[in-house]
Amino acid sequence: MGKKTPLYDCHLQSHAKIVDFAGWDMPLHYGSQLQEHHQVRQDAGLFDVSHMTIIDVKGSGTATYLRKLLANNIDKLTYGQALYTCMLDEQGGIIDDLIVYKISDDFYRLVVNSGTHDKDVAWLTKQAQSFKCELTERTDLAMLAIQGPKVREKIPQLFNAEQAKAILALPVFYATTCDNYFIARTGYTGEEGFEIILSGADAPAFWQRLLDHDIKPCGLGARDTLRLEAGLNLYGADMDESVSPLVSNLAWTIGWEPQDRSFIGRSALEEQKQKGVKQQLVGLILEGSGVLRNHQKVIVEGLGEGEITSGSFSPSLGKGIALARVPVGTVGLCQVEMRGKLITAQVIKPPFIRHGKKTFSNMMERENE
Amino acid sequence: MSNIPKKLKYSKTHEWVRKDDDVLTIGVTDHAQTMLGDLVYVELPELELDIEAGQECAVIESVKAAADIYCPVSGEVIEINEALLENPQLVNEDPYGKGWLFRMRAFENENSELLTPDQYSKLVASEAH
Repeated sequence: MGKKTPLYDCHLQSHAKIVDFAGWDMPLHYGSQLQEHHQVRQDAGLFDVSHMTIIDVKGSGTATYLRKLLANNIDKLTYGQALYTCMLDEQGGIIDDLIVYKISDDFYRLVVNSGTHDKDVAWLTKQAQSFKCELTERTDLAMLAIQGPKVREKIPQLFNAEQAKAILALPVFYATTCDNYFIARTGYTGEEGFEIILSGADAPAFWQRLLDHDIKPCGLGARDTLRLEAGLNLYGADMDESVSPLVSNLAWTIGWEPQDRSFIGRSALEEQKQKGVKQQLVGLILEGSGVLRNHQKVIVEGLGEGEITSGSFSPSLGKGIALARVPVGTVGLCQVEMRGKLITAQVIKPPFIRHGKKTFSNMMERENE
Repeated sequence: MSNIPKKLKYSKTHEWVRKDDDVLTIGVTDHAQTMLGDLVYVELPELELDIEAGQECAVIESVKAAADIYCPVSGEVIEINEALLENPQLVNEDPYGKGWLFRMRAFENENSELLTPDQYSKLVASEAH
């Protein structure tokens, strides 16, 4: 028996297939993972992501603490704005990736992964010791995501006029507090949508309200294929403590400026950058039929070998796709070892799909243009 | 509870076999397709291939996982279900009908390793615990 979110009974009512995910009993799908994937690409889907860890940081030393803790720079943020960032160890290895929201000058909210809960809390607590700030894990809260091209048009039916106006006015990666809801224009699918944090006690009634407005429940299975198509990394698969953001397609999340901000891992990253990194994280698309899988070997002619970090099947493209860590300079085509055979795949720069549309062109096509 | 038709025989590795005169039709059980989830890829054996019982002869893959198909009987492949190559989800929708995998002409009359519906039902129940 795993931990249960406040929406566990709702999942059972919707006939979810429940699986263990990082110690939580979570819905894998509610009948068809593929249908749920298409539901989000074409309409509107609903996810329970209450297993994620929400930590509020308050106090006069909060900003100073986060400047030291996070690889991206929170000084970029205005009130309500969100930032995607890695949290690194001294060697530049990724302890976790997270979203930080600036609520006020001395109040920030962190949303970190559930699979890394224990080590994250330990690290956050240890690093906070020398700063004037207080951490509170918000186990009282639930978190939902509503994602898909038809989500925005449903907002006026779900909220009162004043709330709907505030929600629809949110720029990408901004959050607002509407009465009992903390609502952010963020997500993990590559589609329009919102993530909503509310009290666990209120969550089941709100979940039902969303279902009543034809936002269909979607499980962790669809969440994974959606994020992979969107080219979004999964912690524990595409990155962990053995790699830095520089080899994880996340160099853009490092806040190098100002140069005197000495965040944890900075000197290690600078050294890696100076020496030159040898690997990069790219997207692969299988040319023929089949499904790419984690840990399959990738062979790049003339450059060496790499490995698939997240492999699956793209329901939108109808092809096997993957993220893979390969030698720097890999372009065009590569070979993937599948059941003893070498199969050709295209190398692309992620994402594969954004807002329902194919976003990539492979190097060969580009060379011919 | 998964559907286990009385007219079929079963393997311990979740294939089913239907006998029509000397032709055997082979597929995967309702239990197997439920465990795998939505299928997205099927690799079937070549026509006229001779396969021995217990040999890996096909692969079915869902978004989640790949599963090898072990041939439940020894024989020659005489037909494959080409509709699956375009639409692997037929296995999910109709595992004992439109979702059949391939047909064989058997070398031997009876494979004593195969399970009756009751035996297979007990196997599925025991795996659930």
